[in-house]
Amino acid sequence: MTAQESAPLVTLTDAARHFGPVRALDGVSLSVFPGDCIGLVGHNGAGKSTLVNLVNGGLPPSSGEVRFDLGETALDAGVRSVFQELSLCPNLTVAENLRISHMELKGFGWRRTARAEIAETLDMVFPDHGITSDAEVDTLSIAQRQMVEIAIGFAPRGQSARLVILDEPTSSLDAGIADQLLQHIKRFCLGGGSVIFISHMLGEIFDVANRIIVLKDGKIVAEKPTADFTRQGLVDAMGHVATETAEAERTGTFGAEVVRTDQGLAARQGEVVGLSGLAGHGQAAALAKLYLSQSSSWRAGRSPQVAFVAGDRQSDGILPLWSILRNMTVSILPKDARFGLVDRQAEQKVAEDWKTRIGIRTDDITNPLLSLSGGNQQKVLFARALASPAPIVIMDDPMRGVDVGTKQDVYAMIRTEAAAGRTFLWYSTETEEVCQCDRVFVFRNGEISAELTGAEITEEKILEASFEMQEAS
Amino acid sequence: MNKPWIWAWLAAALAFSATLGLTSGRGASELAYAALSFGAFAAIVGLGQMLVITLGPGNVDLSIPATMTLAATLALKAMGGNPGTALMGLGIALSVGVAVGVANYALIFLLRLPPIIATLAASLVYQSFAIWSNRGLRIKPPQDLADFSTGRLLGLPNVAWVGLVLACITWVVLERSVWGRWLLASGQNLRAARLAGIPVELVRASTYVTVAVFAAIAGFLLASFSGGAALNMGAEYLLMSIAVVVIGGSSIAGGDSNVPGVWGAALFMFLVVSMLNSYGAGAGVRNVLTGTIIIGIVIAASSRRIRA
Repeated sequence: MTAQESAPLVTLTDAARHFGPVRALDGVSLSVFPGDCIGLVGHNGAGKSTLVNLVNGGLPPSSGEVRFDLGETALDAGVRSVFQELSLCPNLTVAENLRISHMELKGFGWRRTARAEIAETLDMVFPDHGITSDAEVDTLSIAQRQMVEIAIGFAPRGQSARLVILDEPTSSLDAGIADQLLQHIKRFCLGGGSVIFISHMLGEIFDVANRIIVLKDGKIVAEKPTADFTRQGLVDAMGHVATETAEAERTGTFGAEVVRTDQGLAARQGEVVGLSGLAGHGQAAALAKLYLSQSSSWRAGRSPQVAFVAGDRQSDGILPLWSILRNMTVSILPKDARFGLVDRQAEQKVAEDWKTRIGIRTDDITNPLLSLSGGNQQKVLFARALASPAPIVIMDDPMRGVDVGTKQDVYAMIRTEAAAGRTFLWYSTETEEVCQCDRVFVFRNGEISAELTGAEITEEKILEASFEMQEAS
Repeated sequence: MNKPWIWAWLAAALAFSATLGLTSGRGASELAYAALSFGAFAAIVGLGQMLVITLGPGNVDLSIPATMTLAATLALKAMGGNPGTALMGLGIALSVGVAVGVANYALIFLLRLPPIIATLAASLVYQSFAIWSNRGLRIKPPQDLADFSTGRLLGLPNVAWVGLVLACITWVVLERSVWGRWLLASGQNLRAARLAGIPVELVRASTYVTVAVFAAIAGFLLASFSGGAALNMGAEYLLMSIAVVVIGGSSIAGGDSNVPGVWGAALFMFLVVSMLNSYGAGAGVRNVLTGTIIIGIVIAASSRRIRA
């Protein structure tokens, strides 16, 4: 416990943050010491992100105090944050993205310095990462982007990182890469650095954290050394998410089975089927395979069997040169076409209709798609799929970057469409979303490890099925 | 100014007036007529190449010269200079185009070859077929066909009319048809297009067939225009077809194509050479200047687009 003897890097004293009447964080006291690795857990909306924003200086506290040991600001104190929402500039290279948060890099030849620095950090955190510093970010996969973002967090950048806050860093990383990150966190903390680690993957928390803090409704409900927690105890401390609204709407009657794959994935007409488990365990691959097997590269009829909503917008979803209108209608063109020509009036009508229904914030749907925020782009992709007459809709983690209000609207829309006989297959990294489904398949290592229905669909059951393997090994 | 085709037309107009400046305005209609005649061949192959380049990075057809030669050679041989065989000859040229396009795409799809390699390698085969089929003999086109391809209608060369009609068809297909949307979407992001339900392989296959058919038409007309098929007749159209696409303002990265620009660029490519000729530039200087001018226009057109 040598770490505890030195002075804390950051001290929060009864810090609170209110957004109007919402008490996002309701009086939290916390000290981060050199060498600390704090695991921060809690449900969505428990206040994790708000806490992070107080510590990194992104938000001032409404009351209470945040104090750093070096200097006045988080930047002076060497506090870094790595966000789950990717914040890299896609049209710049990896090295150029480092420059954005590294003010001292300037003058002739700064690119060379930046390349060396980011390459060195990447090599250190993710050996054999295979990312070149000159690659433009939009050519990288979503996992590689996350790796770059993490490396920028740990890069020296003129001083050195003293406290790195990692908000869901592993949600888009596969198990091997995630493990490299965990190893690096351990090394970093042994060397006197501190980490605040946020994850829904409890195995990772137990692996790296020396202390676990459980947040619930803006308060710390438990704070103990990791050794004093059991997995069950931690899940209990987090409490359960209320899903009564969704449950009330479950109809419980479904039509014939419309999907069954070799893997065992199945869905009936009118059913909302969830895919869960840890990220990168084969859910996205299973959905892509299902979509490709149900549609053709050679034919496209007036009534497609399946529609797809991409979560990785850049690589699977958007057509970046096009307007909002064209992006929205690309899947339904053959339906109204005459002699192979697009019916532009019908197209306009459908797009205007969906703009209102799903609430896309734009004055003019002929604006470029890229003029929209990420969440609104995602709405366009939803509209694209829902506007198609396909009886089966496949959704690959579609809520990335969508705000809470829209999420509720989309849930309601999915329920209505399901009641009208459409089938949804929905992969989500957020357990809360999966809990709204009629049936849930939990994936582990590319296989289905559990099939849950009705009352069995609870966060604990899903976590249990996702983690069993890790406990055994 | 987010119309990148403007630059090609501006450049063509400049080259045109610079040439006439030397003769103080005499010979304007002759120069325009020649530009439309010779520009038509570049425009036709350029339209095809534009469709392929629109498919996205890595897509290009390098077998255009060989396709032109093969289509022209086989068509002229079958016609044998006999009157009344023009339509049969056209049919043969078109069939050669379809066959070449299918073969190119088969190499790309079945063997997973990069299009550059597949079309370049295949073009050696097509060229050899052409050599083998007529052993270097130059067969004259039938008189009626020769008359048509060197003739004029309403003051414009007939070959230019063909090029204009093909350009209009291409424009309608790209801007108004479902297939055009599919092509433009595939060129922006092939995976996203596939996941949006677009039959991307159908789009790719039909595009490679279309470019070969356009090349076959150009070869057929060029051979009729110039009094017979020659083995090297297509050579200059390899670079030409790509240059007119780029100068015309289509995006090399795919997904964004530009029909009027192709015609403007085709006229410009002819006019710039005649301008340099009339100023008495030697072959070396001419090539250097042509290259420099092309680079300048591409920079002008592309930097505008980034800001737009």
